[in-house]
Amino acid sequence: MHFGPHLLLAALEGLVTSAVLALTALGLSLVFGVMRVVNVAHGEFFMLGAVLAWAITTAIGGHPALGFLAALVIAPLIVGAIALIAERLVLRRLNYNPEATIVATIGMLYIIQQLALTFYGPEARPVEPPFSYRILLPWFGYSGYKLSVIAASALLLIATWLVLTRTKIGLIMRATQYDSETAQAFGIPVGRVYGGVFALGAMLAAIAAVLIVPISQAHYLMGQDPLLLSFIVVIIGGLGSLRGTVVAAVLIGLSDGIISMFFSPTLAKIIATLLVAMVLVFRPQGLFGTASR
Amino acid sequence: MTDKNGFFDLSKTTVTRRTALKGLAAGAGLAMAPGFVRYSQAQSSAPIKIGFQSHRTGIGAAYGRWYEKTTAAAIKAINAAGGINGRQVEVIIEDDGTDPGRGAEVVGKFATQHKTDIVFGTLFSHVVIGSAPAAGEAKMPYFVVSEGHHVASTKLNRYVFQPGITDVKSQIKSMAPWIAANAGKKVTQIFPDFAFGYDHRDYLPPALKAQGAEVIAQIAIPPTESSFTKYFPQIPAETEVIYHVMVGPAVLTFVKELGEFYGSNRPQLFGFIDSLEAVDINSPGLEFLDGSHFWEGSPRYAQPDDTEAQKAYRAAVGIDDNGAAVGDPKDVSTAAHMFGCWETLYVVKKAMEDAGYKGPEDRAKLVEATEALKEFAEGPEHPQGPKTFNGKIHQCFGIQNISKVEGGKLKVVHKTKIEDGLYEAEGDYTTQAL
Repeated sequence: MHFGPHLLLAALEGLVTSAVLALTALGLSLVFGVMRVVNVAHGEFFMLGAVLAWAITTAIGGHPALGFLAALVIAPLIVGAIALIAERLVLRRLNYNPEATIVATIGMLYIIQQLALTFYGPEARPVEPPFSYRILLPWFGYSGYKLSVIAASALLLIATWLVLTRTKIGLIMRATQYDSETAQAFGIPVGRVYGGVFALGAMLAAIAAVLIVPISQAHYLMGQDPLLLSFIVVIIGGLGSLRGTVVAAVLIGLSDGIISMFFSPTLAKIIATLLVAMVLVFRPQGLFGTASR
Repeated sequence: MTDKNGFFDLSKTTVTRRTALKGLAAGAGLAMAPGFVRYSQAQSSAPIKIGFQSHRTGIGAAYGRWYEKTTAAAIKAINAAGGINGRQVEVIIEDDGTDPGRGAEVVGKFATQHKTDIVFGTLFSHVVIGSAPAAGEAKMPYFVVSEGHHVASTKLNRYVFQPGITDVKSQIKSMAPWIAANAGKKVTQIFPDFAFGYDHRDYLPPALKAQGAEVIAQIAIPPTESSFTKYFPQIPAETEVIYHVMVGPAVLTFVKELGEFYGSNRPQLFGFIDSLEAVDINSPGLEFLDGSHFWEGSPRYAQPDDTEAQKAYRAAVGIDDNGAAVGDPKDVSTAAHMFGCWETLYVVKKAMEDAGYKGPEDRAKLVEATEALKEFAEGPEHPQGPKTFNGKIHQCFGIQNISKVEGGKLKVVHKTKIEDGLYEAEGDYTTQAL
């Protein structure tokens, strides 16, 4: 294949990765930004989203689009509810202590993963895409669904941004992020905001998973890679910065797509990790983060 | 995730005298519990203990579950027929997590804690290679159902055997003539970037060359990869056959993306069913495989010419004509490999009887008795077909099936002969000390 089409394919693949990564990492970043909690179980919420999508589409049957749309609405809600319960039962009782919550979320990771293995099983199960249109380019064919994932993700990112900047809920969240004690003094129910943010973070991961599951099947170990990549993205972009997260996701996704196509996937991971190290050394707050107060 | 700061390193926390005493007391209590030494006086009536190293979790979990089912069925049949040397057989299962490090630990646990007579099981080649030294050190006979060439390469040790399933090198050699004659002469290989894939990488090119065909590109894919489109531009345009061996949960994605990339205008496909074990061939996206060919150790779908032994074996394990669990058509088995568990256990039975095996002190005799085996006749104990066994390289050789995907089923179109897959031995385990 010639260089041009080859690059186009690499860029398309990279953009799909970026789209899913941006949503997942945004959830992680939001939880850290507002709650100062490093959620190691984030990837498992992603996995739960995919597994539930499989369960919902199987239960509904009929036209694949019907089940998929239902999954896109219901799966994140269930995952959000589970996250809320976990937050109430575990994180709140630890007073959101940074060290303790890391250990607690590692525990949650294993609990969720093993429950999925017990009740869902070890198989990778497919979910049918809502539509299967194959775009025929002169050099190769490409999945129309993959392109729609990029669009859907962009819309969701804009929606999240609008909620954060234009609504009262967003204002409350930003106030809590800026200074939770002062926010509390002004009558903001910080505890409830924390619960809501943790659930929202998990829901973003679940939505990303529902979008990706028709491309890559639901499997109980699928949460590991997104977790690692999300951490990379969040560190590069700056913890708690929405803009940074999106920019870093596009950067990492595209470089992953292009480097792994022209060189090797291992090299792409090496470079991403090296980038993290460089950012940590030269700009510890991340590309768009603000220095910690 | 690795624990770089030793955050969870328990050895760093100090053990107080009180906790130490508690632990001692609990240990003593366990040792005195009834039943703990039940059989120490009655060696002859105690069951033979087989430690089963199973992929209960990790990427091999689907295989592990069916290996367990097949093993349970074989043990049930063996025990119902009087056991081994008049003793019942008991299987103790430990999860190796499809991980080499954990696999070696499990072998150690069988040797020191469960004190099993032998260790058996496991498929993934990296787990076998990782566990073999532990088995050799403990002088523990280790029977694997792994398919890889590592046992026959004589690079492991004298305690490791693969008497139930043919190794990859032999499979490739026996099928290369068919591929060259029926699929195409210019072959691109796609394989997982670890031991099992390397067997294919190393042995397919010479086998095809001998048939006047050639491998024009080799594409290694990391086993944890979840997206494949980015590899497809590396497939040369003049490719006539894509030879694919993928393992792990992402295989559906692999096939689907290959379908999106090529559409209906694709090269021939020849694959190892390893990719699609435990996966319904009629899953959405797999229509692309229609008309392509697969290697199968033992056919997943019941064939018109199935022997009585094959039918009895399928009934005993509990799989229907489509190779799925009886009563649950969605629960597809790993039929192409799991027959190896059944057959290996019967080999163990035969070798233990030949050796007059009484207990762990006879392990060396068991090794020698296994090495002395030459042939396994087709029948209820070897339903997949007849096999020969080379005691010098601890490897058996059987027939292979090439199946075509047709109307949502796999139909056997070619069976190789045992002689097709024989090769020069690369070494001799029997010269190693016991």
